[in-house]
Order: sequence, then structure tokens, then C-alpha cells
Amino acid sequence: MSDLTKLSLEAALAGLKAKEFSAVEITKAHIDACMDAADLNAFITTDFQGAMKSAEASDAKLAKGEGGALEGAPLGIKDLFCTEGLKTTAGSKILGDFTPQYESTVTANMKADGMVMLGKLNLDEFAMGSSNETSYYGPVINPWRKDEDLVPGGSSGGSASAVAANICLGATATDTGGSIRQPASFTGTTGIKPTYGRCSRWGVVAFASSLDQAGPITRTVKDSAIMLQSMAGYDPKDSTSINKDLPDFAAACDKGVKGMKIGIPKEYTMDGMPKEIEDLWQQGIKWLESCGAEIVHVSLPHTKYALPAYYIVAPAECSSNLARYDGMRYGERVEGANLYDTYERTRAEGFGKEVRRRIMIGTYVLSAGYYDAYYLQAQKVRTKIADDFKQAWEKCDALLTPTCPSAAFAVGRKVNDPVTMYLNDIFTVTANLAGLPAMSVPAALDNNGLPLGLQIIGRALDEETVFAASSALETCAEFTAKPEKWWV
Amino acid sequence: MSEKNEGVTAETVKKIARLSRLHVEPDRLEFLADEMNGLLAWIEQLGEVDVTGVEPMTSAVEMAAPMRKDEITDGGVRDKVLANAPKTEAGYFVVPRSVE
Repeated sequence: MSDLTKLSLEAALAGLKAKEFSAVEITKAHIDACMDAADLNAFITTDFQGAMKSAEASDAKLAKGEGGALEGAPLGIKDLFCTEGLKTTAGSKILGDFTPQYESTVTANMKADGMVMLGKLNLDEFAMGSSNETSYYGPVINPWRKDEDLVPGGSSGGSASAVAANICLGATATDTGGSIRQPASFTGTTGIKPTYGRCSRWGVVAFASSLDQAGPITRTVKDSAIMLQSMAGYDPKDSTSINKDLPDFAAACDKGVKGMKIGIPKEYTMDGMPKEIEDLWQQGIKWLESCGAEIVHVSLPHTKYALPAYYIVAPAECSSNLARYDGMRYGERVEGANLYDTYERTRAEGFGKEVRRRIMIGTYVLSAGYYDAYYLQAQKVRTKIADDFKQAWEKCDALLTPTCPSAAFAVGRKVNDPVTMYLNDIFTVTANLAGLPAMSVPAALDNNGLPLGLQIIGRALDEETVFAASSALETCAEFTAKPEKWWV
Repeated sequence: MSEKNEGVTAETVKKIARLSRLHVEPDRLEFLADEMNGLLAWIEQLGEVDVTGVEPMTSAVEMAAPMRKDEITDGGVRDKVLANAPKTEAGYFVVPRSVE
């Protein structure tokens, strides 16, 4: 039997259905791969026993010709999704041994579809970070390496690393400012942040509620379509959930781009960006043109204000959301001299440095006397950024941009310089502010042999165009490179 | 935003830390003030954007807030609610004394 961990999710599901191998076999192969890959630190909690039990149940269903859209597929879950009976940490110390008594809607959907859950994947603490170095459980290591350990990007670093290293067929992730697409770009994987509201946020630990959105990280565009189909859908328990039928995302992958208008926003470049990223962008334009797309040049004049606006809106929402961690009802408590001292010591010891920094900034920009100057101004700039996109949609159907201004960097290099770290998200954060679907597709290796991604951004609710254009890029790029396996 | 550019002082950090319910050692206040000033200096560029007549964005998707019936749909799960509490007794949360 060929190596079952090298299959795409699509091929694995087809093989399971055709009974070429069993769910137990493919799950066992992935458990072995997970155990070999401990050096990547991709998991916070594994549940191999639970996975084997699910696989047996899947085999029973498959034997009867039954089973859901993910039946028997071993997948990983970012440790931001609450999973009933399985410890959920959000990458933080403050949650302690928090064991949810309920299941997030996204993982409930996937379990109903037959997923085999291998465990909970590492992430930046409360999804705040662009390198997976803020996790209380230690940094995740990128399977791609160049003489030294590299970061996998963040915040969904465990998800990206696990999928790139073939230890999960696919993984859930979340994206508040680029946390699906930037790690996908850094690890040669594929990931989509759908339209805000497509995936329910119920049971997903909140960071910045108006920006947070779940999506998959996978090895192919079609695999992302298959996973998103299961993850997404209307949920009355999330008042921002979109009550519209889901299109057939996998079918959209095969639509092609003939006659599609692809916009090239001239502002998506930055000082010090490697020329190879600029060149790859030009290559992407040629690829889409060769597939029959029409290229149009557009302007998104407020792009450069997206990151500063994000670093007001996101910390403001974070300071409000994280007020709930008070050490009273769940998580760790550090006893102090009195109630206030207990709150303050619990939170100072439970939250890491980056989370404390964002809570402080958020509290400051929301505090009396500063609200109008900072928060209100940022929300108005956010309207301007959304308006830029609306004007672009009069000329084109989707946008093509680089995903990130750099390839993966060394562990420890940027961790003490917040602004430099934040600049990683310069091309991804606009889609969060405007609520738009956006996908990163691995497109080439740079001069150091590290992967680089290209991004497709679409209109709200038009994931179909994003999947069609991303598939075209994937076909042209023929990206088949894999990291050399050093971690066993 | 230039009118309140006097910057964050150690005293401001102390106040913000208090509002944030985060314990900060006194010898860290200056450092944190510098760090916040660094970030705020970068954020100040938002002041360049002319937002005259622009409405603040309050929702990422254009949709009306959904309404639902005001009725009890869940409950009777006391043990689940208490399952992750740091301290419980006889079916209650145990918290530090807040009224002397």
C-alpha cells in the first residue's frame, strides 16, 4: 500500500469510499506520523484513542455504503475550537485544564460528517501572533528549514505545520488578520478565510469578534473546498452567521477563469519586499491570463491604513472579549490579597506578553477621552477600506496579490519587535476588515527554497470565484515541492 | 489625532493596567509606556485619512440583527457549568470575599 499520509483529502475520501483502505488503516498511518513529528510541536493535545474509536465507527458506516462528507478522514483541529470532553487551551496558560462541556458548531458539523479528530493543534496565544511564538505551549516549528528552525507563521501555525508535514490530511484554522493565509504561505499549503459569517463562531474562543472567521488549511484547493463545505453553514447560535444556502464549493473549483476579470491592486507592495515576490506576482498575472482571464489594474488607496486600523479595532475587541478570564468560573486562579488583587494576579500570570500588550492597547483606545480619536477613527477608516473594495468590484471579479511580504523567517528573529511582526499581515488584513473571502495558494519556492503564496480576494459571499481562480493558479503553478523530512 | 499627542506616561500605564485588571510591577511602568508610545506612534498615521461624513463600520457583513423569541432554550446543567471552576462547594462557585 502506498503511503496513506501523502494523499490529498479528496483522494483519501475516494479511497475510503472505494474500500481501497480502511479508516483504521489511514488513521493509524497518521497517528504514527504524528508521533514521529513531535519535534514540530504542532499539537498541544492529541487524542489518538478517540481517533481510533472514530475510525472504527467510520469503517462500520463505510462498510454499509453510508457515511458523511468527511467519513474516516484523519484531521486536526486548531486548539481554539471547543471540543466536548477534550482539553481546549487557546494556547494560553490562563485556561488551565479547561475541558469544554460543549462542542463548537464547526467541529460538531465535521464530526457529524464523519471526521476522525487526531487532536488539538498549537497556535499563538488566543490567536494573537504571526509566528506561533506566543503560545504558552512553545513555538511550532516549520517543516521547511533553511540551516535553522523557521516559524510556520501564525496564528494557525500548528495547523499549517501539521498539514505541510503530512501528519493530518487537513486542519481547521481561524483568521482574524491573516492567521490562515500567512501560515499557509509560509508552509506551502493552501487555506481560505471565507466571507465573515460563513462559519459559525459559536464555541470558538473569541479574539476580535468582528474579524474572527474559521476556515481550513489543506494541501490542495479542492481539499479546502471539501472541508469548508462541512465547516460552514447557518447557525442560529451565532447572530452574525449568514442565513444563506452554501454553494457547491468543490464544483466551483472546476469552473475555470475564462472571461473572469482579475484586478491587480497597485498598492499591494511594500518597501524591502524581496524582488522574487514581486516577480511571482507578475508570474501569477501571466498564469491567469494564459487561462483566459482578463487583467485589469485597480487601486485600493487606503491599503496602507489597514494595519494601523486593525491594531486599534482588534485590540479593542480583544480587551473586551478577554475580560471574561477572571479566574472565578473556569481556568487558573492566582489568589491575591483581595478580590481585585486576585483578578490582577490571575490575569498577569495567566496571559502572555503579547496578549497583555493587546489588552492594554485595547483598553487605552477605548478609554474615556481616546475613544473618538482612536477607535471611532479606525472604524471610519475601516468603512473607507471596504469602500475601496466596492469600487474595485465595479471593474473586476477578484483580486490577485502576494499573500505575504516575505517567506518564513527564523524562530526568535522578530518576536521582540511588535510593529515588524505586525507587518507580516499587511496584504491579508484588508480582507478581514472588509469581511471578504480570500485564499492563499502555494505558487513557488524562493531562492532559499522556501515556499511563497499568492492570494485571491473575492466579493462577499462569492467564494465560488475565489475557488475557481485559486484552482487556476494551482494548476499553472504546479507546486509539488515538499519539505525534506528531518523531523524523525 | 495630533491634539492628544503628549504620549503615554508611567502614570497612564498604571491607570490602564488597573482598568485592564492586570498586575504590573512598578519597575515595569516606564518600559511599558515606551512600548505603548512606539505602537501608538505607528498608529497615529490614521489621522491623515479624511473621514468627513464617513460612517463608522459596525458590522463586517451587511445584515440586520436577527430577532428571536425571548424564551428559555437551555439550562438545568449546573454540574456542567461548574465543571471547570477553580473552586466550588455544594453546587456553588467559591470566590474571594468582595464585601467586608
